[in-house]
Amino acid sequence: MTLQADPPSSPAIGADLERLDGALKVTGTAPYAYEQPVEDPVFLQVVQSTIARGRITAVDTAEAEALPGVLLVLTHENARRVASTDDLEFAVLQEPDVAYRGQVVGAVVAEDAETARQAAALVRLTYDEQPHRVILDATSTHPDSPDLYKPAAVNPSFETDTEQGDVEAGLAGAATWVDVRLSTAWLNNNPLEPHTTVARSHGGALTVHDSTQGVHTVKGTLATVLGLPGEQVRVLSPYVGGGFGSKGNPHPHEVVVCLAALALPGRWVKYAATRQQMFAFTGYRTPTVQRVRLGADADGHLVAVSHDAVSQTATVKEFAEQTAVVSRLMYGSPNIRTTHRLAVIDVPIPSWMRAPGECPGMFGLEVAMDELAVAAGLDPVELRVRNDPPVDPETGKPWGQRHLVECLREGAERFGWAGRDPRPRQRLVDGWWVGTGVASSVYPAMSMPGNEARITALDDGCLEVGIGAADIGTGAWTALSQIAADALGVGVERIRLRIGDSDLPNASVAGGSSGTSSWGAAIVGAAGAFRVQHGARPAPGASTTAGMLDVPGADDVAQYSFGAQFAEVRVHADTGEVRVPRLLGVFSVGRIVNPRTARSQFLGAMTMGMSMALHEQSVVDPRFGHVVNHDLAEYHITANADVVDLQAHWLDERDAHRNPMGTRGIGEIGIVGTAAAVVNAAHHATGVRVRDLPVTADKFL
Amino acid sequence: MRPFAYVRADDAAGAVATVAADPEAGFLGAGTNLVDHLKLDVERPGLLVDVSRLPLDAVEDVEGGGLRVGATVRNSALAADRRVRHDYPVLSQALLAGATGQLRNMATTAGNLLQRTRCVYFRDVTTPCAKREPGSGCSAIGGYTRYHAVLGASSHCIATHPSDMAVGMAVLDPVVVVLGPGGEKRIPFAELHRLPGDSPERDTVLEHGDLITHVEVPAYPAARNSAYRKVRDRASYAFALVSVAAVLEVTDGRVADVRLAFGGVAHRPWRALAAEELLRGQPATEETFRAAADAELAAAEPQPGNAFKVPMLRGAVVAVLRDLTTAAARAAGTGEDR
Ligand SMILES: Cc1cc2nc3c(=O)[nH]c(=O)nc-3n(C[C@H](O)[C@H](O)[C@H](O)COP(=O)(O)OP(=O)(O)OC[C@H]3O[C@@H](n4cnc5c(N)ncnc54)[C@H](O)[C@@H]3O)c2cc1C
Repeated sequence: MTLQADPPSSPAIGADLERLDGALKVTGTAPYAYEQPVEDPVFLQVVQSTIARGRITAVDTAEAEALPGVLLVLTHENARRVASTDDLEFAVLQEPDVAYRGQVVGAVVAEDAETARQAAALVRLTYDEQPHRVILDATSTHPDSPDLYKPAAVNPSFETDTEQGDVEAGLAGAATWVDVRLSTAWLNNNPLEPHTTVARSHGGALTVHDSTQGVHTVKGTLATVLGLPGEQVRVLSPYVGGGFGSKGNPHPHEVVVCLAALALPGRWVKYAATRQQMFAFTGYRTPTVQRVRLGADADGHLVAVSHDAVSQTATVKEFAEQTAVVSRLMYGSPNIRTTHRLAVIDVPIPSWMRAPGECPGMFGLEVAMDELAVAAGLDPVELRVRNDPPVDPETGKPWGQRHLVECLREGAERFGWAGRDPRPRQRLVDGWWVGTGVASSVYPAMSMPGNEARITALDDGCLEVGIGAADIGTGAWTALSQIAADALGVGVERIRLRIGDSDLPNASVAGGSSGTSSWGAAIVGAAGAFRVQHGARPAPGASTTAGMLDVPGADDVAQYSFGAQFAEVRVHADTGEVRVPRLLGVFSVGRIVNPRTARSQFLGAMTMGMSMALHEQSVVDPRFGHVVNHDLAEYHITANADVVDLQAHWLDERDAHRNPMGTRGIGEIGIVGTAAAVVNAAHHATGVRVRDLPVTADKFL
Repeated sequence: MRPFAYVRADDAAGAVATVAADPEAGFLGAGTNLVDHLKLDVERPGLLVDVSRLPLDAVEDVEGGGLRVGATVRNSALAADRRVRHDYPVLSQALLAGATGQLRNMATTAGNLLQRTRCVYFRDVTTPCAKREPGSGCSAIGGYTRYHAVLGASSHCIATHPSDMAVGMAVLDPVVVVLGPGGEKRIPFAELHRLPGDSPERDTVLEHGDLITHVEVPAYPAARNSAYRKVRDRASYAFALVSVAAVLEVTDGRVADVRLAFGGVAHRPWRALAAEELLRGQPATEETFRAAADAELAAAEPQPGNAFKVPMLRGAVVAVLRDLTTAAARAAGTGEDR
């Protein structure tokens, strides 16, 4: 085997390679967690609380235990004590307290899944029920509202409030201003593959097939919570059917399945969440209430940007959505203020959902920008161009690569924006009001520390590249193979990638659009070390484990990706039905590793943005406390028939600051701004400004 | 989910006898609705008699006109039937507006008629529901009502019947042919589904052991100018917020014949007789259509959360009748036999 020079003459990066795991997936032979062949499994079903707040006062498991085939019934009365309750989300079955409806308060293990399900329904719990509150009715978005509190930081560690200049003075002196209250809905991540855990305790060691975005994260959590030495826990997850953030951290089910496995040593315990359970305890996007105030001078330059965001958190654990953070950097203004407040109510723990923070925040900011454009009589593309800041307004650092204006211009050109009549409610075509709208997209470019990869020369002339990364349907199997091929100077067919196993070198979570950047950088770092150690003709068995190298000066620039999205919306004049016949995005995201998998990331995220705009809404019944439309017939996600002409384009570029590949990360930016583009287009179509998502037919009647 | 016994019926009479003999028994069609309810613990049968393979899968011509649709004819097959598409487009369109291609390939005619409400509280055994447990009250009242009734509801139940096909059938006045423990019954379609009143647990007038064997659709030439319009939040795979089935015959600019039925607004397909009455003989104009819709909707009692259905339904009625008027004029203009 000979390794070619780096960089290669015809790089694998950039090649339109088919998904390496595509054939396995379309033939149904890629083993997801539940399909991992395990011997003689038993099946777990969870018992969920039917009150939203209170205490369990009595437990009667007699009927459940009497059912033939039932092996184990766990509740707080008999479950093993966990070793750490630092994170209360994972202190499952430890106390009789109920903090939200649908909480895991018990589990049944049986010889078959049907019996487990039947027995779970036979566990009788008596409650002392306390009054609960589950609706984010932040009637005030004022940061001093007594119902709300100020978290110490917002996800993951941003400052809670910021203020530059004097926003009130800026607004007072503005030639045009808008003051807009908006809201986004409670949304549940709905990956196709349900959350799944299959675990066995054997000789003191725990093996876990899990559906997760990060095997090392799950391993670390389980070891801590269960009090096991890290080397005794192995988590495997080679194929994951989507996560959208909800599998970025473990959730109570992983702990429960492992508690059961520890109680039944030697047996594989299998659990897959029902769709209804995925609305109860596997994380979701908090609803938000936002107030955005913008002021502009006579030339359309922003003189004030103020963004107050309220979201909800659980009593069990805090999650603070960083909704207003985008307004700190998106447009230039001498006066910028952002605040975040939380209502702590009796709800499940909110968590990450694709572009947490940026997604709801850019809805607020970009709808307000459109309203400002209308108020100022300016074209909405032009308003954004005029306010493109030369340096990051928040830090004063130069931009790594800010090409928002290029995205807006190219998008306008491709979409046919020129000559647009700005007046709303002017175009009635075949009974439909037609309009167009635009919004910007943004997402930070991140790399996570601590990643390592192991390169090993194999007997057959191939190179094994191992890292505990996750492919959650994004294309990581393919993209990482391409990166490894170039870094090692061999063809992609010579790379044997191994991912999704916590026995492989440490990898960070597939989240924050940082996966390819972080894991890829580790692979490039390890490849370099491998070449140094073993030369261009490594002998079989030669192996090197190494991590990523720092990019000099990375911290001296503000690193973000940008984009522009254009939507055409039709609203039926008689019935109010809303359709999006066209959606077009142009993105500036650094170098593209694989145009095929990249395109599907953008198209998927834009579709998800359309879904947020038009369809998705978890309806919580305040009397009961849970999401009542908790299945895919009632919780609407945009269907194929809703997607007509959907286009994603990107600028041809290479980032010099993030990592050696020149990439930034593309998984999330496509959902950022989409909903605003749709709302703005719906306003242009009808003259009706919908500020509360989703944009449904009734809002136009 | 509880254990239950399963048998496959060989003939209709045997199926009826088996179910009639066991108060815990029920019929199973394709199971696209019933199996969900087994898993959700909403239905708890002791025995299921599978009738989906009975030889009732033909769409036959009836002497003197009309069609006789077997109970196990799949929704896709019925929608695609040339006679249905030509003579009763409203029925074909209604079928195709329902569910998804995969579900329609499975779902049976009888199962579709007898599918149960999608009310989220009915489908969630952790919440009270009088349709599931008589006397336990209606959780939808004061709750999530987007898919709930605005016509003919009661304080015990505000659920809607979810079928699109049934709304399409309602304007064709078919007869539902039933084999019961006491022999054959012929039930006019308009009498099959009930309003909830104080016994919402009963969706229809059928008795235990009654097997639907056929639906007989009479000849009705006016139905060639007919349409089904479903208003829903997403373009596919969503139940109706409201829907309208309409047959319209226009002569010299006036409504010569009209039939209207609404979906998504009541516990049964809602035949809009008051609107039909008002339309007959009147000029085929948007004003008349709107007035007719308003006449029918005068009785509407929306819930907080679904008042939009009144203007939405009015808009849908106007849109459908306008389209059918245009189609009628076009057909008259070309002298085409529609
Ligand atoms: C996700 C989803 C979306 C859907 N969307 C729509 C939609 O938009 N519009 C729509 O109209 N429908 C929709 N449906 C419902 C679908 O149309 C029904 O599930 C289907 O028509 C039921 O037919 P089946 O043969 O599977 O009935 P089954 O589930 O087998 O039975 C339903 C009922 O009929 C009874 N039954 C069956 N056959 C007979 C018989 N011969 N005599 C007496 N009783 C009988 C059964 O006992 C049972 O009570 C949807 C369903 C799903 C799952």
